[in-house]
Amino acid sequence: MSAGTRVEPSPVPTERPRGQRIVGPAAIGVDARRFLNLTRTLAQTEFKLRFFGSALGYLWQLMRPLLLFGVLYVVFTQVLRFESNAEFYPVALLAGIVMFVFLSESTGTAVTSLVDRENLVRKVQFPRLVVPLSVVLTALMNLALNLVVVIVFLLASGGSVRLGWLELPLLMALLALFAASLSTLLSALYVRYRDVRPVWEVLLQMLFYGTPIFYTLDVIPNETLQRLLLVNPLAVIIQQFRHAVIDPSHPSAVEAAGGWLLLLAPAAILVGLAVWGYRYFDREAPRVAEDL
Amino acid sequence: MAPSPGAPAVAVERVSKAFRLPTERVHTLKERALHPFRRSGFEEFVALDEVSFDVAHGEFLGVVGRNGSGKSTLLKCMAGIYRVDHGDIYVDGRLSAFIELGVGFNPDLPARDNVLINGTMLGLSPREARRRFDSVIDFAELREFEHLKIKNYSSGMLVRLAFAVMIHVDAEILLVDEVLAVGDAAFQQKCFDEFYRLREQNRTVILVTHDMSAVERFCDRAVLLERGTLVRDGSAHDVGLEYLEVNFGRPAGAAADEEGEEPERSGDGRAAIASAWFEDEHGNAASMLPMGRPCAFAARVRFAADVTDPVFSFGLENADRANVLAASTQWTEPRTGTFAAGDEVVFRVRFENVLRPGRYDATSAVALRGSGAAWLDRRERLCSVVVSGTQASDALVQLPYETAIDRSPAPSEVVS
Repeated sequence: MSAGTRVEPSPVPTERPRGQRIVGPAAIGVDARRFLNLTRTLAQTEFKLRFFGSALGYLWQLMRPLLLFGVLYVVFTQVLRFESNAEFYPVALLAGIVMFVFLSESTGTAVTSLVDRENLVRKVQFPRLVVPLSVVLTALMNLALNLVVVIVFLLASGGSVRLGWLELPLLMALLALFAASLSTLLSALYVRYRDVRPVWEVLLQMLFYGTPIFYTLDVIPNETLQRLLLVNPLAVIIQQFRHAVIDPSHPSAVEAAGGWLLLLAPAAILVGLAVWGYRYFDREAPRVAEDL
Repeated sequence: MAPSPGAPAVAVERVSKAFRLPTERVHTLKERALHPFRRSGFEEFVALDEVSFDVAHGEFLGVVGRNGSGKSTLLKCMAGIYRVDHGDIYVDGRLSAFIELGVGFNPDLPARDNVLINGTMLGLSPREARRRFDSVIDFAELREFEHLKIKNYSSGMLVRLAFAVMIHVDAEILLVDEVLAVGDAAFQQKCFDEFYRLREQNRTVILVTHDMSAVERFCDRAVLLERGTLVRDGSAHDVGLEYLEVNFGRPAGAAADEEGEEPERSGDGRAAIASAWFEDEHGNAASMLPMGRPCAFAARVRFAADVTDPVFSFGLENADRANVLAASTQWTEPRTGTFAAGDEVVFRVRFENVLRPGRYDATSAVALRGSGAAWLDRRERLCSVVVSGTQASDALVQLPYETAIDRSPAPSEVVS
């Protein structure tokens, strides 16, 4: 029912016993368990499919961040003689890459997900939000495996197990929220505007260079610019990860931003995206099956 | 959800649904930017208009209509895939819709994973789906292919697997859209056997189809949709007749009216075929004849002059204009007798309906004896009839036959 176009003739005059009212497709729907089951099943299947048919299976999934890491590492430390004072620069680089790859993989796949899953959307009744979220969940599974590699790499480079690791779940939850909000928004937008995809690809490129991934914040001479970079939620998450998980010599997000106040901006972006993404998706959900 | 006592399984109340068909679709931001003030125009296409009906628990309802009549839209509204514009749909019990068999099947995965995905999509929890896998694979008779990726399945195997999942999801109300059309006759029979079994458990089945014979055989009741409105709600037989009339363009059967302008009419006018119709085995006029039953063609002939021993004939041609039956009194009763001016008789041809399903046109004539082509009156395609049946054979006619398999040679064949 499109809101407003209908005057609710509350209790229908001829009252009689009836079953449950069918309200049509929604973003989440009434059955939360079904929502989770579906998201999980779709994500697992997708995850499984990645490894099917290739001999080395999971190794390939691992190769992507590692190869990118290798290239960036050689270019910046050997060719450009990039000097970072930060401890464990290679680990910091790999961690940044892994998190960025997660974001780009989840959002990049999610953009077209509703259209890719057209067959399901047009033929089965299920909460529509399952589609983009299952994509994020698949990427999250990869992220979990890749993080294991980061940790192993850290310990192998002489890092130690620290209390700060307890922050890891929170940081990953924030990262997942960021990715999920973007995915939700982009997938719904793409149904209407097909050029969302190329635009998003360009934005991802910009995000890669605008986030301290292959560089660390301390190499930026201008303090204002440093703080400006931290408006980006991904930058905050990566920075805090480096501080809490890798080595305390990396400034924490709060220190780098010069106080809590400045972190309100990325927090607002994170919350704003989540709200906007969900509301836009929720508005579009009932009609997605018709508009595809 | 608790079943409310006395509630119909499905209540559709004044449901309307319109689609916006954009006349010029704005697909990209650039187009938007270049033409910011252009209202993207759209035409409203009304797919459903104030449709209402109830389906009782345990009922087997057929929803029929031509392509574009709104029957699939109705199904998708009931399934919750489309949101209705106006009206309400209430469902009492767990509903599963099978718009397509095997939704979510992935060709690169083996049966087990696909049963899990498909079952979950249709409403099972993953654990339930996993637990039922054995019974699904046994029902589908695919145990030996369990580990094969389903892209290597034949289409028949895929259909079996999909159907097996479908009946294992425990739906109390099943919405089925045309999906059975893909299987062979034996498989279809198995499907319907299964539907019957479900019905005995007081489950409800709603079948969307344009296979009228299936509707007549299996449904208790049917509703006919035409351009988005419900034009008929009644017994499967009545709705079936009406559907065939709508579907085959001109009204099939009954009587061709007397004053009807028939271009292909010849004769000297000494006799006139006033009307013609078909009759079923009970002698009632029928526009649809079930295959494999006796039936008859009848024509009312009026004489305007005295005629002795005229020849009455009747021919039937199928939709490809091939003659499938030529009957004439010339062979059966050469002496038909004398008819006086003003006499009115009914000429009848009884035959066993061995024709395959489809529409047939009747041509009838009265001629002078001997000559063969001295028509008193001849009317081509003056009325038509539809043969219904489920036999999915492409044979022109289905002659009665028996089969036998003798394992031991008969004594006469034993060479001594």
